[in-house]
Amino acid sequence: MAKQIKVSLIGNPNTGKTSVFNLLTGLNQQVGNYPGITVEKKEGICKLPRGVKAHILDLPGTYSLNASSLDENVVIEILLNKKDKDFPDVAVVVSDVENLKRNLLLFTQIKDLEIPTILVINMADRMRSSGISLDIPLLEKELNTKIALISARKNQGIDELKKLIVAYGSLSTKPCVNALTFAPEYFNRLQKAFPKQSLYKLWLVITQDVNFRKVDKKKSSITPDFEIKSESELKRFQQKETIKRYQFINGVLKKGLIIDEKAATGMRARLDRVLTHKFWGYFIFFAILLFIFQAIYDWSSYPMDLIDEGFAWLSEVTKSGLPSGPFVDLITEGIIPGLGGIVIFIPQIAFLFLFISILEESGYMSRVVFLMDRVMRRFGLSGKSVVPLVSGTACAIPAVMATRNIENWKERLITILVVPFTTCSARLPVYLIIISLVIPNEKVGWIFSYQSLTLMLLYFLGFGTAVGSAWILNKILKIKSKTYFVIEMPGYKLPLLKNVVINVIEKTKAFVLGAGKIILAISIVLWVLASFGPNDKFSNAAQIVTEKYTNLSGEELDQKIASHKLEYSFIGYAGKAIEPIVAPLGYDWKIGIGIISSFAAREVFVGTLATIYSVGSDEEETIKNRMKAEVNTVTGGPLFNLASGISLLLFYAFAMQCMSTLAIVKRETNSWKWPMAQLIFMSGLAYGIALIVYQVLK
Amino acid sequence: MKITIANLKKGQRALIKEITSEIIPLKLLEMGCLPGNEVELIQTAPFQCPMYLTINGSHLAIRREMAAQIEVEII
Ligand SMILES: Nc1nc2c(ncn2[C@@H]2O[C@H](COP(=O)(O)OP(=O)(O)O)[C@@H](O)[C@H]2O)c(=O)[nH]1
Repeated sequence: MAKQIKVSLIGNPNTGKTSVFNLLTGLNQQVGNYPGITVEKKEGICKLPRGVKAHILDLPGTYSLNASSLDENVVIEILLNKKDKDFPDVAVVVSDVENLKRNLLLFTQIKDLEIPTILVINMADRMRSSGISLDIPLLEKELNTKIALISARKNQGIDELKKLIVAYGSLSTKPCVNALTFAPEYFNRLQKAFPKQSLYKLWLVITQDVNFRKVDKKKSSITPDFEIKSESELKRFQQKETIKRYQFINGVLKKGLIIDEKAATGMRARLDRVLTHKFWGYFIFFAILLFIFQAIYDWSSYPMDLIDEGFAWLSEVTKSGLPSGPFVDLITEGIIPGLGGIVIFIPQIAFLFLFISILEESGYMSRVVFLMDRVMRRFGLSGKSVVPLVSGTACAIPAVMATRNIENWKERLITILVVPFTTCSARLPVYLIIISLVIPNEKVGWIFSYQSLTLMLLYFLGFGTAVGSAWILNKILKIKSKTYFVIEMPGYKLPLLKNVVINVIEKTKAFVLGAGKIILAISIVLWVLASFGPNDKFSNAAQIVTEKYTNLSGEELDQKIASHKLEYSFIGYAGKAIEPIVAPLGYDWKIGIGIISSFAAREVFVGTLATIYSVGSDEEETIKNRMKAEVNTVTGGPLFNLASGISLLLFYAFAMQCMSTLAIVKRETNSWKWPMAQLIFMSGLAYGIALIVYQVLK
Repeated sequence: MKITIANLKKGQRALIKEITSEIIPLKLLEMGCLPGNEVELIQTAPFQCPMYLTINGSHLAIRREMAAQIEVEII
């Protein structure tokens, strides 16, 4: 195979880097993580002219090479290490024509690393409406680079960019700004010591391990004499660097960029006047939220019903179509219902990610952060916690990751700790099924039903608990951290369909594959535990039951045998063992098993009950009908009544039942302390509240 | 009395004077908040915080405490 050109896409956030990446690679892309950290790694293959191929790496968006977060650090680590397998042959810096001045700061830094660099000026379609004109040849000369003026939206200029990438060998690697000017005395010494090296690169190597990850100490061991004395000295140097770079950029742009203010349309200002308005801003935000929730429930209920029925049908067909035996049983009673429990999530997750990515793409999300910051600070959170809390309604995992752009550590930690209280989509199937079992399906007023109101209450409860615990944590936690908060307010854009679609597919896929593996594994284990027993009460079930109920026959007898078997299987014994613990909450041992198995992942609950019940009876009905028929052996009434139902709902609302979330919290906080605290506190709270509610209502 | 960004009224423009305070994060400087550059207050959220500004052509929002650390000269 011919050698691929290694290309790194670099750029400030909101410059259209993702759009350029999507254009270059299409669906030919892969999302993973950098080894050992949770920073998202996106890469793809792009076909270039003359049969050449390029491997494109989309580096995390960053404002500069002076990293202030883990994501930004990744960029530096790759660019500083020539031996890194991701070290680029050519760097493509994406900039936004409307923010060229600021975007060029990063460009000059990359250029000073003496890596061949192409400058992409994106959003060319916006030049007319903002009155911008550019002298490209002049800019190319001044910046010593090649420029591709493109519009990712209109799909213009991409071919030129591809041609430039193929010809990367002819790019100049001359730096833009002389690092000597940042601090002459210091850099002179540095240059004397290492005459052959790029000064700016040396400087980054020295300063970068002041930051987060323990970078190989080897790299900086060459420079004990050049240790930066104090944080304020470092800052002074970096400040000087920034000023020098802007001086250079201003000089270049004075000649190469003309903005005719009169030609600008002022669309953005008009929209901002409404969307960040003291009253209308909030009104619109809540209206949008309401619309989203309404849409998610209403629209996704149709595909969900179809999926539910589809899996019941599939199970039946498989059963009747294949010869019976333990392996077929495993498929029809273990795997298919287990899979059904996960596939049913897809519509809701896809809808939620659809809306979130539209809001983010359009630039509206930053306005929400602006509007909510003050309110959220009351509770020890930040305006930037809104995005994680809203994403938390899809899944806590991306939500915890989305806290990364909260600069203040205390606010970030609190957000991470409370996010799992928001009603994630994994709770939904549990809620939906239990609500439909215990809450009457009657209308209140014209639009709302008791059932949908209950659901809405549960959502408010999730948010309320999250915010309330944030308030408490804010009082308890004694963490000093610098409060600072800077958020860019990007221009408004119509979301690009392609970006939205790719985002929805990627996120849904990640969720389904991630959770799917766990669920599948658990359903197989459960099935095995339910299909075998430790003693002859299990193996002789048919005989025992037939002798005991001599008057029964046919179907009824079969059912009695099946449930007897389940009771004396391994899982039956396990469930019995914990029954004393869950009985005060109104649950029997089967629900107990559901709860235990869902400590790995909540969504397993419904699947588990499905597995258990379909093992317990031969009837092929949907899960709900099976649950409805369950009887509480103590009271003789239905097992799922108002008291036990509400108790179960609240248990799921509060309990920390998601191993993946705990794992991600561990990674993001770099300690087991916080996830363990979450596990104990949330589950304790869940048990306590469920207990009280059941005892009061019963 | 020192005049800072926190004193600006909606629509008012000013030039940034010296930046001395240690607490101004580098990120803000990198976004163009440097001496000599122009700022304009576009909008404030209720209770005057955060403040939505244009600095050197970049649109961004910062909290009031930080705005109060950046000395300006109204133009
Ligand atoms: N008008 C216009 N908008 C664009 C263009 N390229 C991207 N966008 C929009 O700019 C916003 C940010 O793009 P995105 O690719 O997510 O930027 P990133 O944050 O740099 O990855 C999105 O709303 C895009 O739809 C372009 O060429 N013209």
